Amino acid sequence: MAVYNLNVNGKKVTVDVEPDMPLLWVLRDFAGLKGTKFGCGMALCGACTVHLNGQPIRSCQTPVSSLAKSAKLTTIEGISDGVTLHAVQQAWIEEQVPQCGYCQSGQIMSAVALLKTTPDPSDEDINSAMSGNLCRCGTYDRIRKAIHRAADLSKTSGGGSQKVGKAGGK
Amino acid sequence: MTPNNNSRREFLRLSSLSGLGLMLGVSSFAKNASIVKLTEEALQLEINPFIIIDNLGNITLVNPRPDMGQGSTQAVPSLLAEELEVSLEKVKLIQSDGKSKYGSQTSGGSSSVRELWEPLRKAGAAAKEMLTETAAKRWGVSVDKCYAEDARIHQRNSDKSFSYGELADEASKLPIPKNPKLKDPKDFKIIGKTKPRLDVPDRVTGKAVFGMDVDVPGMVYAAILHAPAIHGKIVSIDDAAAKKIPGVIKVMKAERPMPHRTSEAVAVIATNWWAALKGKKALNVTWDNSGLDKMTTDSYFAKSYEAAKAEGINFEEKGDIDQALAHAEKTLEAVYETPFLAHAPIEPENAIAHVKENGEVEIWAPIQGPDWALRDVAGYLKVKPEQIKINVFLLGGAFGRKAYHDFLLEACFLSKELKKPVKVIWTREDDISQGPYRPGMLSAMRGAVNGKRIAAFHHHAIGESINRQVFNGLKDHEVDDWITGELSAENHKYNLPVWKLSWSNVKTDIPIVWWRSVYASNFAFGQECFMDELAHAAGVDPIEARQGILQDARFKKVLEVISEKANWKEKLPAGQGKGVAVFKSFGSISACCVTVSKQSDGSVKIDKVVSVIDCGWHVNPDNVKAQTEGNIVMGLTAAIKPGITYAGGMAQQSNFHDYPIMRINEAPEMDIHIVNSGEVPGGVGEPGLPPVAPALANAIFAATGKRLRKLPIDLNEV
Repeated sequence: MAVYNLNVNGKKVTVDVEPDMPLLWVLRDFAGLKGTKFGCGMALCGACTVHLNGQPIRSCQTPVSSLAKSAKLTTIEGISDGVTLHAVQQAWIEEQVPQCGYCQSGQIMSAVALLKTTPDPSDEDINSAMSGNLCRCGTYDRIRKAIHRAADLSKTSGGGSQKVGKAGGK
Repeated sequence: MTPNNNSRREFLRLSSLSGLGLMLGVSSFAKNASIVKLTEEALQLEINPFIIIDNLGNITLVNPRPDMGQGSTQAVPSLLAEELEVSLEKVKLIQSDGKSKYGSQTSGGSSSVRELWEPLRKAGAAAKEMLTETAAKRWGVSVDKCYAEDARIHQRNSDKSFSYGELADEASKLPIPKNPKLKDPKDFKIIGKTKPRLDVPDRVTGKAVFGMDVDVPGMVYAAILHAPAIHGKIVSIDDAAAKKIPGVIKVMKAERPMPHRTSEAVAVIATNWWAALKGKKALNVTWDNSGLDKMTTDSYFAKSYEAAKAEGINFEEKGDIDQALAHAEKTLEAVYETPFLAHAPIEPENAIAHVKENGEVEIWAPIQGPDWALRDVAGYLKVKPEQIKINVFLLGGAFGRKAYHDFLLEACFLSKELKKPVKVIWTREDDISQGPYRPGMLSAMRGAVNGKRIAAFHHHAIGESINRQVFNGLKDHEVDDWITGELSAENHKYNLPVWKLSWSNVKTDIPIVWWRSVYASNFAFGQECFMDELAHAAGVDPIEARQGILQDARFKKVLEVISEKANWKEKLPAGQGKGVAVFKSFGSISACCVTVSKQSDGSVKIDKVVSVIDCGWHVNPDNVKAQTEGNIVMGLTAAIKPGITYAGGMAQQSNFHDYPIMRINEAPEMDIHIVNSGEVPGGVGEPGLPPVAPALANAIFAATGKRLRKLPIDLNEV
């Protein structure tokens, strides 16, 4: 066991875990952040996607000991400020993307990262950036539409405007 | 996470916070549902669902349909809210707990709206009439001077009104109207309208609580080493390395109770699941797999092809098929094959069970049917239903898998041994390599064409029966009635002079179960591809050929709409083709048109998919579209991605690298249209799937001239 001081969503989180424990299980079972999901354990489905210094990573394949002391981690719980939704979340609501929603934390984390580097992505850009995230409910068509919508929202308002907890949408 | 508490105690606590108010239940599903008032005595009866309007005006509905992504958390309360004249936001949902008083509680068979359509609307209308009568009495006016709107009873031509909360206690003393008047559909404000699903925000912020996200105090975690060859026996367990892993508490023999037989397993118990998983990987178990070498999908299909040559059990027939074939101008014969498939919901199977020393049992799990789970847990642990409490959480996908309770009973077994709450989490490898699966099936088809007319048609369905294996419910001389229903002429509506339907049961111990749309996903492929073959043999356009043998107005309309929306008659360049299929399942008719094109490298690309569904009355058109989009993706995945194969009793696939599902870059453009027939509600979650695979195979024939009769289709090598 070893003690790790992590920076998660701008907060310090101290955990005492085995060094080879994947970040996924540290977040879920030791930091109490259940929004990041377990799907395959082999980085094949993307349900566990979080950001490491703004870059999307698969937390199921990231041992906690591999993180640098300066690592800044962001999870689905940390992409909005708690008052206003992120533009991607708002677009997801407006397009009514989720069915079961289990994969959507990972989908949204990948989409947020895509829009940071490619603010106005083409369908090809979306297909390429999002192909690591599986959705068994089959919401892909809506994910494409929602990413275009999020790009438009970001252009007009610089972010989401909807309050957390409101339904909105179609 | 704090689990929901939806026991009767909690239910009464909730309702007594502000007095009892008006509480109603519905005594049965389907037509002639009678509404009853809830009293202490009535709580002992089988009444479903429950509705409480307390005297603060809070409206609570006990939802008898767990949500796995199909939208029941919107569809179910919409039925009540519409007639009660309240907004959807007003209705608080509590998930039912499996107790028999809540009646049927399983999300399956695309049944939620179909079964609750009548009783829930009646209950809403009855409550509205009781509240209206109460207000009318207080004002001393006749009820026709009053109307309900936005959770209040208003007096016409006045600004007087009462909230439902102000009326609830008094209203509960009135008799329940025998025939509450239902709204004219033209006045619907919620049903048939696109409305945002209220739980979507929680599903995009990480707040939604799935079964996987539940912790209970004092629980330990289990990772289970299942028999690699599924019915293998343990010879020896070397757990020395596993026990050295920090966090591992215990290694113990376990069991996986399936309906048809129980498999042996080894469980690693730990303080956290990662430690348990490491322990599982460190186990060295020797298995005796004798007798399992013949348990292969190859031998299953070989037996099935043998059965295709023999006479099956005939279950429906008109005219003499052998005579018709003997005297026809052209005859065709073909066998179609569909593979075994895993459900692979992205949330793997998981459950927490706490078998207490006093005999009480509590469950926390993502399951499709708390009523079925309660029955299975009671039967397995030999405890009384009233000793069991089931807490249902959101399901991260299910598709039929989470109405099969092996993983839940594993948790029960371990908790009973360990005397503490145990959380079992399956790995993706467990999910894909252990089953249960959609069974692989054959459709052996024969048919005849005279001139430009399809003259005869024989569908011989072959394979393992879910009813036989899961419910031990099929004798050798019987036909699985889920199959007869699906294949019946009454279902497909093709009015041919001569037809025959038959069945042969080929048995296997490979675990099987219902998978989204059940047998329809298998047999629509044979039926609808063969219809395409017959149409081509008759030299008639495949849609016109179908229209020629259909009299049913709904089928004809669905085909008309798909023809128009898919631009069926447009001239296509060489190498491009369209294929169509239509199938009715779970009360809804769905047609699909796929467009494909041959690429310069020899592969085939899926350009576009158009689907049409007539599901009768439906709650949210946008959700009907969403479910149909999902059915296109799942239907295409089933058509073009590898299935499950078994050799030596062992699955040959284990995770998404060798059991791939469609990714976003492969998902084609899609376009969905709803036919508003105004008929009684049909299912929505499943009927869009069956026509997808045959439409694809028919499109490939149109584009390339190649007739593919075996799924999966490798688009790279057509």
